[in-house]
Amino acid sequence: MLYNLQVNGAVHQADVDGGTPVLWVLRDILGLTGTKFGCGIAMCGACTVHVDGEARRSCVTPIDFVGGAEIRTIETLGEGKVGSALQQAWRELDVVQCGYCQPGQLMSAAALLAANVQPTDADIDAVMSGNICRCGTYGRIRAGIKRAAQILASAGEVAK
Amino acid sequence: MTAILSHGISRRAFLTASAALGGGLLLGFPLSGQAASQGVASDLNAFIRVGADNTVTLVLPYVEMGQGAYTSQVQLLAEELELDPARVLYEAAPPDEGRYASPLFGGQITGGSGSLRGAWRTLRAAGAAAREMLVTAAAQRWSVSSESCRVENGQIIHASGRTLTYGEVAAEAALLPVPDAPVVKQRSNYRVVGQSLRRLDTPAKIDGTAKFGIDARPPGVQYAVVASCPVLGGKMKSVDTSAALMMPGVKQVVRLERAVAVVATNTWAAWKGLEVLNMEWDAGANASLTTQQMVDAADAALGRSGIVSTVVGDVDQTEMTATDRYEAVVRLPLLAHAAMEPLNCTVDLRPDRCEVWVGSQVVGRAQKAAADAAGLPLERVAIHNLFLGGGFGRRLETDYVTQAVQVARHVSGPVKVTWSREEDIRQEVFRYHNHSRVTVALGDGGAPASWRHKVVGPNIMSRFLPVYQKDGVDLDVVNAASGPYDIPNILIEYSRNEAPEGLHTGNWRGVGPTRNVFIVESVVDDLAHRAGRDPVEYRRAMMNSADTARPRAALELAVQHAGWDETLPARHGRGAAVFSGFDSHVGMVAEVAVDINGRVSVQKVICAIDAGYVVNPDIVRAQIEGGIIFGLSAVLYGQVTIAGGQVEQSNFDTYPVLRMREAPRIEVHIIDSDEEPGGVGEPGTAGAIAAVANAVFAATGFRALTLPLNPSDLRGV
Ligand code: FES
Ligand code: FES
Repeated sequence: MLYNLQVNGAVHQADVDGGTPVLWVLRDILGLTGTKFGCGIAMCGACTVHVDGEARRSCVTPIDFVGGAEIRTIETLGEGKVGSALQQAWRELDVVQCGYCQPGQLMSAAALLAANVQPTDADIDAVMSGNICRCGTYGRIRAGIKRAAQILASAGEVAK
Repeated sequence: MTAILSHGISRRAFLTASAALGGGLLLGFPLSGQAASQGVASDLNAFIRVGADNTVTLVLPYVEMGQGAYTSQVQLLAEELELDPARVLYEAAPPDEGRYASPLFGGQITGGSGSLRGAWRTLRAAGAAAREMLVTAAAQRWSVSSESCRVENGQIIHASGRTLTYGEVAAEAALLPVPDAPVVKQRSNYRVVGQSLRRLDTPAKIDGTAKFGIDARPPGVQYAVVASCPVLGGKMKSVDTSAALMMPGVKQVVRLERAVAVVATNTWAAWKGLEVLNMEWDAGANASLTTQQMVDAADAALGRSGIVSTVVGDVDQTEMTATDRYEAVVRLPLLAHAAMEPLNCTVDLRPDRCEVWVGSQVVGRAQKAAADAAGLPLERVAIHNLFLGGGFGRRLETDYVTQAVQVARHVSGPVKVTWSREEDIRQEVFRYHNHSRVTVALGDGGAPASWRHKVVGPNIMSRFLPVYQKDGVDLDVVNAASGPYDIPNILIEYSRNEAPEGLHTGNWRGVGPTRNVFIVESVVDDLAHRAGRDPVEYRRAMMNSADTARPRAALELAVQHAGWDETLPARHGRGAAVFSGFDSHVGMVAEVAVDINGRVSVQKVICAIDAGYVVNPDIVRAQIEGGIIFGLSAVLYGQVTIAGGQVEQSNFDTYPVLRMREAPRIEVHIIDSDEEPGGVGEPGTAGAIAAVANAVFAATGFRALTLPLNPSDLRGV
């Protein structure tokens, strides 16, 4: 079946079975390979994207379910101010190692910060524990989210 | 390719150009037109190419799998070349077991915590040699002495003030003899090395542009998924493909000897096809294999006499005369690597050539595996080695490359073979069951008068790296088997125990030291407890010689930062570990809390490391942090079990790994040192397992000699 999808601000067409998860449409049909496959069963978070601003595991989100909702992926994370603050923090703290989990980590973190501008450690743990990192970058992810919150707060101050 | 070669362009230049076209090897900068824009490029040596337009391209022999190898290799080369690291281009070395061999292993291997140690030996010299050749070329052009020239920021500058860029003299420099003994820079003059240069791979890894093996999409690629016989070592008997071929998007089903592949227009469609395949397998010899049988076999190997690998003093005599003796049997389970990026490999096989996109720790072996499977000579196989989404030893194997080429033989056009997470865990090349018996004759104050360690494990090196065996002993599995201690009488004995055929075993992060540090440090901790002595004081007393000064200093520093003597609440505990491995020296203290149900929560881990001279301190810290988390997953959860010859785990639900909410606070303290650099990728893992087990003992009084920790042993009353 032919689907019209809103991805990163543009309309894309994909002719796939309605049960096909968004992950494989992004990666194999649209060529947006920034979103990663890690487990396929919503256990690792590598495939996290935003659907209408909410973090979703794209490996278990059928294309049929998305309809005309706006999908955002790591490829345009930097266009938003939360995303670019996170990227800046990630660069400052050198969070990444192999980097494979990081698109998912960043998309989860961006959804967290969008909803909660000053997350506590407990808030961070609650949201981010769905994202596995086998390289063990958890401490730096936690610090990175706090640093991004700080960057956003000081940008807010300047704006006032 | 032959035509191109006959026109005098080096094979590497060809591979580089082809990689640029395929969008493969060149990382961290725009891909298009890079090779062309260099104009005539001159190879100064295997690692350095300078274009007439003054672009400098570094060819990096160690792959990037998260350990920061690209960054530290660029630091070393840029330092010797007097270049700004931000100004150079870099690319992954093509397969070449000669030119790009690690001096540690004698082959093109990224592993064993050896990237920096290997690069330190070869890349500084390569950079210095190239610099001297560039200077000589400029001096000759000016008819002046080399001594009257210096280099700065990619230029050769004569005392008169005249300058030439590297690009202007590169072609002449490339024709000069290679200096026999290039003079590397003095450390006191370093500008780049020794600094926490930000990782060069970060930008691409935070905006979705980094290309991992799994992201390869050559034009016209089809997507394949595979299922191997669920019973390890079994074979395909028959497959009914009719239902699968009717599924939308499914193009074909490929039958291999031990697996079946479904090829489709996307990965998901291929899986849906796989689900409805009707497969019959010939289970073979492992049909009734269980974990218990393998544990029993390893125990039986403990009872056999093995090959003696180390003798110090006289253990027999000491045991005979000692009044008190201690003995412990330690058992380590089967483990999976579970790197974040499931195994995958993309292959474009034509009658006369083969192109492979993959993430491999062994690029030369990957080329060989592909060539063998394709029936082509090596030089007809191009490997594009992309970022690795974790290695941990799994990508030291090439089974997935072989399999992908086998699939490609049946497919017209490029095909990407992706393993499901379930396949990735079930068709592992496992860390095998490792058992040990340690027998200690006790001397004054309960200190070891002798140390007898019988090591049981497979001889992986006989297959993987034969030079790492001696007289039938796998030198890795007995590495660090008596700890960093001054013990007067030591006997290490190796009793080989291989897995049943069909269950593949290999290297796992931390290799020999990961097994032995846990074993040695558990025993030493237990001995301290029996002697009624503080575990740190007990260790300290065994480290008084010059040989043990470095590990002792690491232990002291970790203990100092850990607040070792501070009181903790009930069911909390601190545990220490100290060891030397990978040419590094590590002290670690873990602090845990164990709840009434036996659930262990690691509160903090303090690590002090003497890794010799440190090229990038922040990368060292990151590697230790990550290694510790990897070790915590193993000590708390890591266990693969087998029933009916099949792996009982399949995904992160049944093979749990550490998550953010369980991640402790980690401190890494680096000891200043001018010694040769040591490895840092694996020590964190080795130390964490031991330190946590000892902390759990301190918290609960239960000595875990079998891993992983079992909450039912640790319950409160
Ligand atoms: S791939 Fe979707 S959560 Fe793991
Ligand atoms: S950075 Fe490698 S899995 Fe997270």
